[in-house]
Amino acid sequence: MHYVSPTTTDEAVRILSSAPGACRIVAGGTDLLVQMRSGMPEADTLLDIKRIGGLREIARDDGGWRIGAAVSGAELGEHAELVGEWPGVVEAVNLIGSTQIQGRATMAGNLCNASPAADSVPALVAANAVVRVVGPEGVRDVPVLDIPAGPGKTTLKRGEFVSSIYLPAKTGQSGDAYLRFIPRTEMDIAVVGCAVWLAFDAAGTCTEARVALGAVGPKVILAEEAARALVGTRIDEPALDALVAACSAAARPIADKRGTVAFRTHVAGVLARRAALIAKNRAGGAA
Amino acid sequence: MALDSKTEARKFKIVGTRPLRPDGIDKVTGRARFGADMSAPGMLVGLILRSPHPHARIRSIDTTRAESMEGVHAVVTRADFPAFVEDEALADVLDNCMAGEKALYDGHAVAAVAATSGAVARAALKLIEVEYELLAHVTDVDEAMRPDAPALHEDRADETVPAGMSDNVMARHEFGHGDIDAGFAKADRVLERGYRTEATHQGYIEPHACLATFGSDGQADLWCCTQGHYMVRNTCAAILGMEQGRLRVTASEIGGGFGGKTTVFLEPVALMLSKKAGRPVKMVMGRAEVFRATGPTASSSIDVRIGMAKDGRITAGFAELRYQGGAYPGSPVDMGSMSAFAPYDLEHVKTVGWDVVTNRPKQAAYRAPGAPMAAFAVESAIDELARELGLDPLEVRLKNAAREGTRASYGPTFPAIGLEATLRKAKDHPHWSAPLGPNQGRGVACGFWFNFGGDTCVSLNITPDGTVTVSEGNPDIGGSRASMSMMAAEELGIPYEKVRTIIADTGALGQNDVTDGSRVTFAVGLATIEAARAAKREMCKRAARIWEIEEDAVVWEDGAARPAGPNAGKHPPMSLAEIAAVATNTGGPIAGHCEVNAEGAGVSFATHMVDTEVDPETGAVKILRYTVFQDAGKAVHPAYVEGQFQGGAVQGIGWALNEEYIYGEDGRLQNAGFLDYRIPVASDLPMIDTVILEIPNPGHPYGVRGVGETSIVPPLAAVANAVSHAAGVRLTHLPISPPRLLAAIGAK
Ligand SMILES: Cc1cc2nc3c(=O)[nH]c(=O)nc-3n(C[C@H](O)[C@H](O)[C@H](O)COP(=O)(O)OP(=O)(O)OC[C@H]3O[C@@H](n4cnc5c(N)ncnc54)[C@H](O)[C@@H]3O)c2cc1C
Repeated sequence: MHYVSPTTTDEAVRILSSAPGACRIVAGGTDLLVQMRSGMPEADTLLDIKRIGGLREIARDDGGWRIGAAVSGAELGEHAELVGEWPGVVEAVNLIGSTQIQGRATMAGNLCNASPAADSVPALVAANAVVRVVGPEGVRDVPVLDIPAGPGKTTLKRGEFVSSIYLPAKTGQSGDAYLRFIPRTEMDIAVVGCAVWLAFDAAGTCTEARVALGAVGPKVILAEEAARALVGTRIDEPALDALVAACSAAARPIADKRGTVAFRTHVAGVLARRAALIAKNRAGGAA
Repeated sequence: MALDSKTEARKFKIVGTRPLRPDGIDKVTGRARFGADMSAPGMLVGLILRSPHPHARIRSIDTTRAESMEGVHAVVTRADFPAFVEDEALADVLDNCMAGEKALYDGHAVAAVAATSGAVARAALKLIEVEYELLAHVTDVDEAMRPDAPALHEDRADETVPAGMSDNVMARHEFGHGDIDAGFAKADRVLERGYRTEATHQGYIEPHACLATFGSDGQADLWCCTQGHYMVRNTCAAILGMEQGRLRVTASEIGGGFGGKTTVFLEPVALMLSKKAGRPVKMVMGRAEVFRATGPTASSSIDVRIGMAKDGRITAGFAELRYQGGAYPGSPVDMGSMSAFAPYDLEHVKTVGWDVVTNRPKQAAYRAPGAPMAAFAVESAIDELARELGLDPLEVRLKNAAREGTRASYGPTFPAIGLEATLRKAKDHPHWSAPLGPNQGRGVACGFWFNFGGDTCVSLNITPDGTVTVSEGNPDIGGSRASMSMMAAEELGIPYEKVRTIIADTGALGQNDVTDGSRVTFAVGLATIEAARAAKREMCKRAARIWEIEEDAVVWEDGAARPAGPNAGKHPPMSLAEIAAVATNTGGPIAGHCEVNAEGAGVSFATHMVDTEVDPETGAVKILRYTVFQDAGKAVHPAYVEGQFQGGAVQGIGWALNEEYIYGEDGRLQNAGFLDYRIPVASDLPMIDTVILEIPNPGHPYGVRGVGETSIVPPLAAVANAVSHAAGVRLTHLPISPPRLLAAIGAK
């Protein structure tokens, strides 16, 4: 097995598309190393992206934020300005693992690992984040929603990797929130996750909404019906009831050792209501 | 206190203080050597091939391809072991370590290899060809009892089992006295309810590991992580057909056991691999192997009937307990049946227990084996009855509490015991009267454990410079080296720092029972005190010789030999160090030792109190506050006693809320890892408060009772009672995982 750590995206793309055998990208390694130890097919080449220029930066870009693919959860959590604008995204990333895991785990790794239960993904979808993918054919920007293809699978092509994730500029009165349900208080995997992003006009009416669900389908679900239930309302009780019903309807969970279908379906609605209230509160002013 | 009490009323100097544990620095710096930390020149790596099927006849095993692989030095199957092991229980242990005719559960060992590296060994495992004939399986206890259930064994039931039952029923146990029908007739209210608990694992952090070296001269050495290396020696010797004296076993430091390391899994296999390969063989389990193929505890299905008078007096108690203990007989249903009603003074009581086999790994002891499930059922029923009759649950328990002189439900008559004291302490504690908020509930429950004494050896040696070494034969799980040093120092009248206690290997001492039954502080403590007394007698003798007076004219006081009285003459006291310095000239080295089958282990009782908060929308449960009240007899090192109280409570909380073995329709274990087998993490818990009571055990010189196991008995029921009050619905199936609780709330 070879370990390489290129310093430019071009070099990385070249290695990715030409290295013989299986080449795997390692960012924080908190998924990859665990998988390698538990007997997954061994990689022939490990390509570490942490030394690639710019990949560990959080930078202003067109009013929003460009977050390098190798930025750790801890670095996101310590970025006060970012936390102020996208508290829901950062809290989702910061839920991953423990202090030790936070020192290494990345948002891009969470996304590209393609677990249906990945915590940051619903928050990124609700935030309408865009992924920058580099590859042999150049650069393309892809909505987060389109990256996961199913459990453990992404739509990335051979030779491609994620170089950054873009969070759009925060609009006036808007706010986001992410909640997950786990049976314990930490070190667990989401049984259901729900992210809500809301924007309001000056009168306190919701003008735009995005609701995303995790762990209740083979990949993250953008619950458009749920969002429609909120737009045009002041997030009052009837709107919240409609949101709950729409989220439970949108959830397509399986029953497994982590939860029954009935449980996941119900809790998807419960979390949506709670997350919506937090997002509303964070949007501020929108009473 | 009874007149035949061995306990002296005395003022302790060291016992009851909290010195640093001697193994602490080693453990936090990583210097301590655990099972996997030993290696030997030329060592091979041993790995096990496990059955992926829950139940299958092994038609054939072809090892030729694996054996011819470069780097493979030995392949072992059942054919390598003696065909016949006389003792039936040991024959089962062998069959569990290496399957014979059938693979009986997912994870059952069917072959093993020893190779020059882990990678070679892994590749070799893939070359072993096993031909299986798949058989129908059963993993649920009630299903296994149906007459048409797939049978694991034929004709193995003992004579207590009535004809016509499923072949999976191995034994029936019955305990009690009085006439329960007459008792129920006197009740104002009779409650009948069924309860279920799922199998849980001890969850020790350290996986099983060992290093075996089998010499060509037929002598063998084994280093392993175990709760009892003498047991390992005797079991392996029987299984391998060798003399016990030819096998020397050394116990490593141990990263938790909780009963799960009171048997063997890898050791006989490692020895056999080493014998065949002619090289040392090291084996270390992975976590998934620990879950699939070591010994979790039994799952249970229990029916309880309790009659209560309006004033809270229990008029009769009955329980029928069904425990599956995995693929072999020996579930702890007998202990469950004995302990179910043990805290209560009942005129009419009866329990019936059924020992059932299923296609699951052979259960091993888990802290008070069998008792927590039984207590969950009985203490839940008592709580429900108390509620219905509008009575205080602590008062109801006080009204029925077993006391000195009570005839226990399982036979004996109790000497001085501490149940009543724990209940009174609980009632007076601020926790009991603290206000509760919405969706919050408080639960209480009592628990009992027998405790054990058993075979014990201690050698106490005085060095020439006056320090003291104590050799004992029980792996130190909960700080026992510190406790032994404290008791030796107390008895000898020297500072704690002057004593060092070690765990000797099987060649150094006589037979020692396993570190189980909460026996070590009691039994090894008793032997340590006796060994110290023997050394003191010898030192008095030496002083008498120097002073040229009679032996009985010398006494030992405050760490020195002194003339017994004015008639003995005016001699300045001789300290232990002074006597040790001249020992060569007064008769040679000085030591004391004690070999005993320690009797008089006092039973122990506890009352637990817990506050929980339920999220009615998600079924999540939060433990808000938890207090343990338990009788320790005498707390030698109170910090370790508190640790045992807290540890038992936490394991019980896990059992009550989230831990469970989950089997799929295919009979395979679904959650063989700590991600989906959920033991509580630190942030799930409040600090567990403890209240130590000291009602001396008349069977121990200092009054010590075992404390390690009782603490896991009440929490299942205490938590279930608290959650039931918080949620407004009675929970009868553990664990109360969020999906289960939410469904119960929904069905209200
Ligand atoms: C103890 C523990 C607790 C955990 N808890 C949680 C949790 O609570 N919630 C949760 O969602 N996850 C959890 N995880 C999983 C993991 O930590 C996260 O998914 C993390 O975000 C992965 O990031 P990483 O940088 O470590 O990824 P890596 O392990 O480096 O990579 C993950 C996968 O993505 C690929 N990859 C990484 N970066 C890129 C890229 N830029 N472009 C293309 N492919 C890429 C890798 O090849 C690999 O297949 C936990 C893991 C552990 C070990």
